[in-house]
Amino acid sequence: MVAAGMGTRPLEAAVWAALHDVHDPEIPTISVVDLGVVRTVEAGEGSIRVELLPTFIGCPAIDVMRHSVEDRLRDFASSVSVEISFAEPWTTERITADGRAALRAAGFAPPQQSVTNPDRQLSVLPSLPVGECPYCGSRNTTLENAFGPTLCRAIYHCADCRQPFEQFKEV
Amino acid sequence: MTAEPRRPTRQLIQPDLPAFDSAALDPARRAALAELLLTLADDEFVIGFRDSEWTGIAPMLEEDVAFSSLAQDEIGHARLWYEMRSALTGEDPDGLAFGRQPDQYRHARLLDHPRNGWAFTMVRRWLYDTADAVRLAALAGSSFVPLAEVVAKVRREERYHLMHLDAWLARLAEHSGTPRGKVQAALKALAPDALSVFTPLDAEQALIEAGVLEAPMTELAARWLREVNARLAALDLRQLPHTDPPVDGRSREPVHESFAWLWEEFTSVARLEEGAQW
Repeated sequence: MVAAGMGTRPLEAAVWAALHDVHDPEIPTISVVDLGVVRTVEAGEGSIRVELLPTFIGCPAIDVMRHSVEDRLRDFASSVSVEISFAEPWTTERITADGRAALRAAGFAPPQQSVTNPDRQLSVLPSLPVGECPYCGSRNTTLENAFGPTLCRAIYHCADCRQPFEQFKEV
Repeated sequence: MTAEPRRPTRQLIQPDLPAFDSAALDPARRAALAELLLTLADDEFVIGFRDSEWTGIAPMLEEDVAFSSLAQDEIGHARLWYEMRSALTGEDPDGLAFGRQPDQYRHARLLDHPRNGWAFTMVRRWLYDTADAVRLAALAGSSFVPLAEVVAKVRREERYHLMHLDAWLARLAEHSGTPRGKVQAALKALAPDALSVFTPLDAEQALIEAGVLEAPMTELAARWLREVNARLAALDLRQLPHTDPPVDGRSREPVHESFAWLWEEFTSVARLEEGAQW
């Protein structure tokens, strides 16, 4: 496996660079690379194989991303396969520093780090992560709805600057 | 919304499940997995359609959004479980989802109840999601890797469902009078079917021996009862009786009137034009 943007071979490096042009259709401000959705890139003689990790299983954007990745890479090889992988769960920790900055600039609060243990979720129901207002930086915020316009977004309200904002859910 | 024509040359929805070598599994183990996967798929499919019944008519806009998201999550999970079963049996996943007769679905009887009112929906959903959490925990260490991988992902999503539903249960239970009364009435009405999620599977022993399922369903049911009754006690709500799960908790004999209605709804498009793609 080659880490994001770190292709050691020229073709792989070029593919990673090209994938920065492919954006999340639901949050067009962030690329699939910065979102951490690209797991691996394998580039061989005339063929490229890319593995994508879905953010949420029911998210329809993954099909769009799959096609966009195929389209973007068509000129790099005669055979391009884009596959979905669950070999590791996509987590919000996969969003890069650039991706977090892009989210904030577009008015989305980046996800906060989780301290909950999924094994204990039943007896000790975890509280939701604090939302940090992308406009004024305040943490004096309240969760309005854990479910927002897409599966990956929650809605908060900032008590200081009195703006509603969306936060990328921590998973 | 503008109606942009889809590109006609490619299928928009592709299978999401990564390929795996099902031929490497012996037939008995494959059949045991197939049975388990059908129960997982049907449970998520039916609860997802139950959730979607609130789209447009939930008591407040936030819950309209929330229940539509819950529905989308659950149907997404069902899709993967149907695809995984299909990879084992060679069946068509769409055929499994939409092409069976009502008596061939294997969801838990808890999900046969109609949505009823808001409090009833919350109680049923809370019972289902807490039971599902215990079941998923028992599959998390599965020796069947494709299953364990999807379970790991599903659990991260279900966490938000649990938080949301538990907050609603507490909110209703702490309002004396009508909301609390409705929660108590729903708990009473649902108690006989609450354990049906843990209906023992025919091939359960094979799954345990193969390291797919951690413990028998009766043991998972007992774990779940301890958890939910502790939570219900903390909210001063009525407890669920300590019983074994029903052996016929996934039987459709006879088909519940409410599920027959739901089946008519969710298969209506597929029955209109067999093999149609949309």
